[in-house]
Amino acid sequence: MQGPDVTWYLALSAFLFATGTLGVLLRRSPLIVLLSLEIMLNGANLALIAFSRHHGEGDGQIFALGVMAVAAAEVVVGLGLIVAMARRRLTLDVDRLTSLRG
Amino acid sequence: MSASLLLPAATVGNLLVWIVWIAAAFACLASGAAVVSFTNPFYSALALIGNLGSLAVLYLLLEAEFVAAAQVLVYAGAVMVMFLFVIAYLGGQADAPWAGGPRWQTVGAVTAAAALLVEVIVVIGIKAGGRLSDEAAIRESFGSPAEIGRLFLTDHLLAFEITSIVLLVAAVGGVILGSHARSETGPAAPDVQA
Repeated sequence: MQGPDVTWYLALSAFLFATGTLGVLLRRSPLIVLLSLEIMLNGANLALIAFSRHHGEGDGQIFALGVMAVAAAEVVVGLGLIVAMARRRLTLDVDRLTSLRG
Repeated sequence: MSASLLLPAATVGNLLVWIVWIAAAFACLASGAAVVSFTNPFYSALALIGNLGSLAVLYLLLEAEFVAAAQVLVYAGAVMVMFLFVIAYLGGQADAPWAGGPRWQTVGAVTAAAALLVEVIVVIGIKAGGRLSDEAAIRESFGSPAEIGRLFLTDHLLAFEITSIVLLVAAVGGVILGSHARSETGPAAPDVQA
């Protein structure tokens, strides 16, 4: 393979995953927590696709497409929850959302 | 090209791939840091679109053409448009990245992220470092839509079907969440007025 080998891609995916973790743990707005989760999922996707190329099998790409579908589902439910919270006039701050009520 | 006169074509190609990789990797990391550090969620979402686009370039370098196309169409297209609509609907609520919560929480978050990074790098370097050097040869059809479709309909048929159910359940859940929220703030129910 031309260019960098799989180790470089894995290091990049580790950096992306750590960046996403930092955002999930640090930020207060649930919107940005969701965006940071997307970064984490994409870091994992990059590792899957790099290993897929490394082993010459397409299965890693199938996994990556599955992760994409699950991420889309997660975004639908997460954004639905955020909109429902905003319509109930709750503050959009994950530290203050401490009680569950039906 | 003067460079190809001096160097063999493979070396020039290798150099070009490295240049594209470094540009895409830098864009990827910079836009990831921007998503985490921007105050306005709207700018964070725009930075995430850049992140997804540069990841698609990396997928192309890894010869995963179909996944790169799906990344741009599904992720950077559909999912991020939904994000931007919701952010526009809620209004850009500023959220300072380093301000919220007590001091120890910020320190803990940075420590946890750094520990995760070090852990992954060490595992890659120590456990797998020696075995990751030689690439497997790939077929001509690697990463093409035909190959992906063949795998989805033969080896991974169950995962394919379960994914469709997951998406269906998420769509139903999104509709239910939206309709409940509407009945909370909408006009009073008719039986109350009667």
